[in-house]
Amino acid sequence: MSVEPNAEPAGANLGAPAQTPASPDKGMFGIHGTGDVSGFGGLVRRRPVDADSPRPFGGYFDEVHDALEEAYPAFADAVEKVIVDRGELTLHIAPERIAEVCQIMRDDESLRFELCSSVSGVDYLGSDNRRLHVAYHLTSLTYRRRVRLEVAVAPGTPVPSVTAVYPTADWQERETYDMFGIVFEGHPNLTRILMPDDWEGHPQRKDYPLGGVPVEYKGAVIPPPDQRRVYQ
Amino acid sequence: MTTSGYATERETTEGRVFTVTGGDWDTVTGSIDPLSNEKIVVNMGPQHPSTHGVLRLVLELEGETVTEARPVIGYLHTGIEKNLEYRNWTQGTTFVTRADYLAPLFNEAAYVFAVEKLLGIEEQITDRARTIRLLFMELNRISSHLVWIATTGMELGAISMMLYGFREREYILDIFEETTGLRMNHAYFRPGGVAQDVPASAIKKIRDFLVYMPKKLKEYEAMLSGQIIWQERTQGVGVLDVTGCLSLGVTGPVLRASGLAWDLRKTMPYSDYENYEFDVPTAQTADVWGRYLVRMAEIRESLKLVEQALDKLTPGPVMIADKKIAWPAQLAIGVDGMGNSLEHVAKIMGQSMESLIHHFKLVTEGFRVPPGQVYVGIESPRGELGVHAVSDGGTHPYRVHMRDPSFVNLQAIPAMAEGALLADVIAGGASLDPVMGGCDR
Repeated sequence: MSVEPNAEPAGANLGAPAQTPASPDKGMFGIHGTGDVSGFGGLVRRRPVDADSPRPFGGYFDEVHDALEEAYPAFADAVEKVIVDRGELTLHIAPERIAEVCQIMRDDESLRFELCSSVSGVDYLGSDNRRLHVAYHLTSLTYRRRVRLEVAVAPGTPVPSVTAVYPTADWQERETYDMFGIVFEGHPNLTRILMPDDWEGHPQRKDYPLGGVPVEYKGAVIPPPDQRRVYQ
Repeated sequence: MTTSGYATERETTEGRVFTVTGGDWDTVTGSIDPLSNEKIVVNMGPQHPSTHGVLRLVLELEGETVTEARPVIGYLHTGIEKNLEYRNWTQGTTFVTRADYLAPLFNEAAYVFAVEKLLGIEEQITDRARTIRLLFMELNRISSHLVWIATTGMELGAISMMLYGFREREYILDIFEETTGLRMNHAYFRPGGVAQDVPASAIKKIRDFLVYMPKKLKEYEAMLSGQIIWQERTQGVGVLDVTGCLSLGVTGPVLRASGLAWDLRKTMPYSDYENYEFDVPTAQTADVWGRYLVRMAEIRESLKLVEQALDKLTPGPVMIADKKIAWPAQLAIGVDGMGNSLEHVAKIMGQSMESLIHHFKLVTEGFRVPPGQVYVGIESPRGELGVHAVSDGGTHPYRVHMRDPSFVNLQAIPAMAEGALLADVIAGGASLDPVMGGCDR
């Protein structure tokens, strides 16, 4: 993830192409041209799962999926994708529907996701226009299940706040706003939480540089972490 | 107002501002006109000794009653999550361990579980590595709870408890130092196993500790449980019931003290916890007193777990056999601290070119992790510690988010403090056991 040393802070470079080259499917270290003497050259890597997972999903995932479909009339509109990967179920939800879906997920008797464990953002810079994702990790204490809801928005597009359903999302949405600049509509107090109030930019965006100073020790200089050589 | 050095006052556009650094509260309240200034806004922290780190509380008071409490955080934000994106997956452990500094091994555990899940190598972790991880997590849980009882005791007036708690914690830190080389910030759990084996001397110390600690626990309880001041300061204070806990996302001892036996070690077992005998202590009072009882009982359960783990500890490798993942170093404690063992250096430098290449590749570049995302939640001393890790297939994490229980639990401060007395804000806040390093990351 090399970032231009003089890149402008957050928000300046919206929708820029990915700065990381697409990872090759073979090899351990992404070596091109020269012979790979590491012995890792023959490894074949998996590509990210981005298509709908086929039914049956396995485990409790089918039950959760079907219960939501039954309880939520707008299911077909709201659920964009269903992905099962590494034993985890991810429902990709249309951003404008997320609060409604959370309400059903919490209240429906066969779902009962009482606890919103975590809300976090991910910036998939260079993927498509809707590069900012929010992942909600819901936990059902009744059924001892977990599910991830994920929404994707373009920078500037608001996401309905789920604080009315899960008050615990209050600070977590504030953090996601602080770090990614995702605006949660209907949040009671959407202000910065970790960064100072007058901070400019949203530090966890991928086009926001890490910053840093070179370190000198006995004459040798080590560049700051974001300018060091990376192997892709 | 008297000219005492404790409280200075100045006029601002917002009204009169006092800076209080100690001394007598009467000197402040006495100089306020009770008719025109019914409400006082007190800014407690971020350097207040009773706020468990750099937490700032903005409190609106009517007399001694808190009408509004607003926690302000972020003073210890160090950008751990952002920094991780510029280091390789193994280096990540040295960063996450610094988040919640009272439970460093839990940060490492949640992170390495996430990395191992992304790699799909959970089944390949050796038995010894699993057992060591569990053993050390439980020791860490005890040391974290000891700091809780120590600091909470101090904040509620039991200064000697502070000395005792830190004294026993030091015992555990010695065990950690003996094994990992460091008292805290260990970077001991690595993707694929642990950095190095536990020396026999540390095992002996742990055995001694198992004999030593129960006696000390009895002493704590003899000192606190029957103490009328301790009871008055904790019973019926900072009440938060199950509904309140769940809607605010509060987990851990606070949730269990309100009666719900939700412990991820039991309810969503990981790391072999399902093969161990232990109970999940609960209380019904939902107050600070209940949280005290739960934490004391949890120390006892952790001692049981430590003992079982010691019995299960069979000789064997502590790092995964897969050389594409396993950190190639063989660490040893030398005269200048922990580093690569001289034999290993001699081997890779003198005998095996392939070992040298391999070492160089893994250390400078790191291993690649298949693309995807995972969420792993474990039961830290403070509640659910979650790691949401995303990989783009590279040698660096694409994104790591730590769902830290201190961060989420602190949201409960207004619910517990508003309507209560100022002194109960301290007790209630302390009972959440917030660690600002974890909260602000």
